[in-house]
Amino acid sequence: MNSTQSLISELVSQHGKKRTSLLPILQGVVEQEKFLTEFSMIEIAKALDLPASDVYGTASFYSFLEHKKMGQFIIRVCKTITCDMKGKNQILLAIQDMLKINIGETTPDGKFSLLQTNCLGWCHKAPAMLINDEVFTEVTPEKVREIIGTYMKRND
Amino acid sequence: MTTSHYQLKRVDLIFKNENDWKQILSRSLKRDQTDIVNSLISSELKGRGGAGFPTGLKWKLTAEQEADTRYIICNADEGEPGTFKDREILSQVPLKVLTAMAVCGYVIGATEGFIYLRGEYKFLEKPLNNAIKEFENYCNDIGFHFSIKIFMGSGAYICGEETALMESMEGHRGEPRNKPPYPTNNGYLGKPTVVNNVETLVHTYTIFKYGAKKFKDLGVQYSRGTKLFSISGDTPIPGIYELELGMSLQDFVDEFGDGDTKAVQVGGASGFLVPRKRFAETIIGYKGKLTGISLPTGGSMMLFNSSRSMFNVLNNYLDFFQEESCGQCTPCRVGCQQLLKGIHAVKRGEKHASYLKKLIKLSETMEYTAKCGLGQSVANSFSSIVENFWEEMVF
Amino acid sequence: MSEKINLTINGIPLRVDQNTTILEAAEELSIKIPTLCHHKDLCVAGNCRVCVVEEVGVKKLPAACATPVHEGMEILTNSLKVRNSRKNIIELLLSEHNADCTKCYKNGNCELQTLAAEYKIINQEFIHLPDTKCYTIDEFSPSIIKDDSRCIRCQRCVRTCAEIQGVSALTVGYKGDHMKITTFFEKPIADVVCTNCGQCVNHCPTGALIEKNYIEEVWEAIADPKMHVVVQTAPAVRIGLGEELGFEPGSRVTGKMVSALKRLGFDAVLDTDFTADLTILEEGTELLTRLKKVLVDKDPDTHLPLATSCSPGWIKYIEHMYPEYLQNLSTCKSPQQMFGALVKTYYAKERNIDPANIVSVSIMPCTAKKFEANRPEMHDSGYRDVDFVITTRELAIMIKQAGIEFTHLPEEHYDKIMGDSTGAGVIFGATGGVMEAALRTAYEIVTGREVPFENLNITPVRGMDGVREATIKIENPLPDWSFLDGAELNCAIAHGLVNAKDLMDSIKSGKKSYHFVEVMACPGGCLGGGGQPIPTSPEIRQKRMEAIYAEDMDMPLRKSHDNPEVVHLYESFLEKPNSEKAHHLLHTKYVPRQRF
Repeated sequence: MNSTQSLISELVSQHGKKRTSLLPILQGVVEQEKFLTEFSMIEIAKALDLPASDVYGTASFYSFLEHKKMGQFIIRVCKTITCDMKGKNQILLAIQDMLKINIGETTPDGKFSLLQTNCLGWCHKAPAMLINDEVFTEVTPEKVREIIGTYMKRND
Repeated sequence: MTTSHYQLKRVDLIFKNENDWKQILSRSLKRDQTDIVNSLISSELKGRGGAGFPTGLKWKLTAEQEADTRYIICNADEGEPGTFKDREILSQVPLKVLTAMAVCGYVIGATEGFIYLRGEYKFLEKPLNNAIKEFENYCNDIGFHFSIKIFMGSGAYICGEETALMESMEGHRGEPRNKPPYPTNNGYLGKPTVVNNVETLVHTYTIFKYGAKKFKDLGVQYSRGTKLFSISGDTPIPGIYELELGMSLQDFVDEFGDGDTKAVQVGGASGFLVPRKRFAETIIGYKGKLTGISLPTGGSMMLFNSSRSMFNVLNNYLDFFQEESCGQCTPCRVGCQQLLKGIHAVKRGEKHASYLKKLIKLSETMEYTAKCGLGQSVANSFSSIVENFWEEMVF
Repeated sequence: MSEKINLTINGIPLRVDQNTTILEAAEELSIKIPTLCHHKDLCVAGNCRVCVVEEVGVKKLPAACATPVHEGMEILTNSLKVRNSRKNIIELLLSEHNADCTKCYKNGNCELQTLAAEYKIINQEFIHLPDTKCYTIDEFSPSIIKDDSRCIRCQRCVRTCAEIQGVSALTVGYKGDHMKITTFFEKPIADVVCTNCGQCVNHCPTGALIEKNYIEEVWEAIADPKMHVVVQTAPAVRIGLGEELGFEPGSRVTGKMVSALKRLGFDAVLDTDFTADLTILEEGTELLTRLKKVLVDKDPDTHLPLATSCSPGWIKYIEHMYPEYLQNLSTCKSPQQMFGALVKTYYAKERNIDPANIVSVSIMPCTAKKFEANRPEMHDSGYRDVDFVITTRELAIMIKQAGIEFTHLPEEHYDKIMGDSTGAGVIFGATGGVMEAALRTAYEIVTGREVPFENLNITPVRGMDGVREATIKIENPLPDWSFLDGAELNCAIAHGLVNAKDLMDSIKSGKKSYHFVEVMACPGGCLGGGGQPIPTSPEIRQKRMEAIYAEDMDMPLRKSHDNPEVVHLYESFLEKPNSEKAHHLLHTKYVPRQRF
């Protein structure tokens, strides 16, 4: 049993084999592995006795259940109206410049992925962004460089 | 009737101490269920998610269904652009929400409650689970059997629609269901289910605490009580404010504007854009026989000053809807794409300005025919922006 | 007792049962409401919104297919608001759809095209969305082509694949403007659990899912003077083809079809029913041999129940979903493939034709047959046994292209050899037919008497119930079969793979124990096959079924073992059922496949 398989069997024993467990299990895999692979979706389909296509169709509906290769730290910059008004483009440019990747891309070392996302619910402290589950608000190009810098040094 | 009737009044009920939740819970559990429902009905509390369905009636309908199991779901999938009040409620007064859920469970006969928390608020999961543990322990102590679980969303605005939310909880794509049947008789796992917005539940707590009269005394006819407003955009004081319903938008702008407010988006991207010339006649509340226009609202208020291009604003909304539509029904899936591509075609001069009229008609068709509130409400912002800022769309 | 509801539709009062939808209520008044995502075989989706109607006093327009009636409802199906909205929606669908109709295989049989024509959507102003998206056409499958640019996302195919077939090769993926009908990780359908049954093709309102057609290849073969082109026609084609060519569902057009095929230029028009009869002798013998091995010899390597192997959709299904049961499948090839193997051996020898110069074409009610003919195992004649498989629909296209006025054709007879058949062969086209044909023969082999049913009609195995069971008691067998005296032969029949799943699960769990099971992948059996005329519905399939059994009753011979050409085949070529030669040409093996 490889690590994905044992992760999934752990999640299945935690949440159960009913269809209602599908999202929590998918989320559990994404939390550990950052994205879903063909392999992990097939393992989940087997465990819950669901068609693999159903698992894929369901997962692809949700923006946070990525199934393309993602980095260790997924940066999601809010692009909805207030963040847009308050300068999210500058934030994006600063990140792109720093990491040398475009939106939707992952750094070659597999550390960072850069995405845009819809309203994060921090409009009063725009612009906002997420790095994995951590929230950063009222970010400026300077602040964002600092934040990414700390993440770059992280080795977890 | 004088305009002073519609003045802005700040209130502090929601975030005020929640240390009395044990008391409120025990007291409520001693009351007759019908008595609680009746007081909710007489308070005239309406759903604070945006749709405005009378809360007491929802509980009553669910309680009346014959079923072995019923559920209460707290809708914390706060995704409407410009809305962030539920996050604050869950951070600051989670026990009020949990108490309200338990009382609802007592009233409708549910022993299980769920909080559908949007994936973007994942950081809230842990503190909220701690609050749940504390709460459940107390329930145990007083011999009341009620459990609450958090169900995490995963980044899908449409899951705030109650039937999409339940589809999501059942492990499916978050696609809204055909209605009827409504969740009150056929909800989560086919059982009668109350789905209430976070803020709605906190208001029921206020009502349990102070009684229906105190709540009803606030606000105006058809729009009783207070409301949390999420205020953002071009304002020097963005944030969350509890205000009485029934204020005029002019008062609101005077208080929160930056002196150059050109328009206010009321109710988020799926709400209406009100231009400066209509501030005075616009009253913030639910639909009713008020003078002027009354706007239902989930509490999002976004202010735009004269430096903002309304074309960019509309473009941003439509981009949002195009991505966040579940995609199952034609008017919403294709309509959103056509509206977005259409305004660009006009702006670039590829389509004549009169094409905007066709797009307004299209947004009307979406309003009449889309399967759920998402597609139905795109017309709100679309027509209010295009009609009021025609020049900005064309030139 | 269900409550009654009073309402009016377009001012006409009516009273209907509670839970009736607006669409059903309107049907009672013969008021037509257009639909696209709605299909009588499937659950209600309510997603295309073409069927919206107006409820007086209500601002929003409900979808007629998904909205139940309520007391006092006043419905308008043709108000200005309804017309304008509906027109707008059709326009939206067209803007999302590659509406280049003249380049579409479904031109002339497309529900969207019909609606566009009815509503005269002439000035299409909306932006053409396919231009802004990168669509690919999936042509890897030998059976089915999927073209997303023609998809209107009604999800009929997804519901078909899940509800009728229980396969779910197709799914809905993504959301918003990216929402599309796809497969697991967007793989080609040839690489997923697809059984090639073609039910999705049969239920697709547009040209998004079509059969891979081999019409031009067949025309070229016919035109090649060197080649001897042999055609075989499956049982269900003769009761379906008429629907494409001016006849009502349930019309039997066997003679006209033969006549048309001769006019198209085929060198020999032969009948798959012939090898259906042959299948019965091979499979019947296999059944009896297995029964003996299990009951008398107690052979642990012989497996029961024996499952029929005529339906290639079912074969691929079991290979994917229940590979542990492959030993239960009859080793008999399907009638199509038996025919193919014999055409390039027996037929070539008898007619003295070099098999290299034979092109073997089959007309099938089925898209999975295209895949089957393409399987690497199907070369036992030394050549590809069946060169081209075309569906009932493709044959209709060829007949139209040839300018043949089908309705006026005379009735002609099949050529020989391999053109004779019995009623037992023809009922292969209906669910339960293979079972019935096998029982007619096996019972007689064992007892020396005809099956004890009036007119040989074994009615318990017939019908449209998803899973059916029958028990045949054997009394006073011939001495060779004395071990079967008093035995009760338990049989089961399933059609539609979702029912096959139920059947297999009941076997797997040990809840049921059978000796012989028949499974057909498609609803109703081959008569409801994925290559049959579109549209399909329970009513249409019922009529086709009645036609099949009428065809059987009209045959002078009704039992496979009475087929004189089959008798001759064994005498002159194969020796006896399950002989070594028969095994080489008429039997096959199966491969386990991935379930996920």
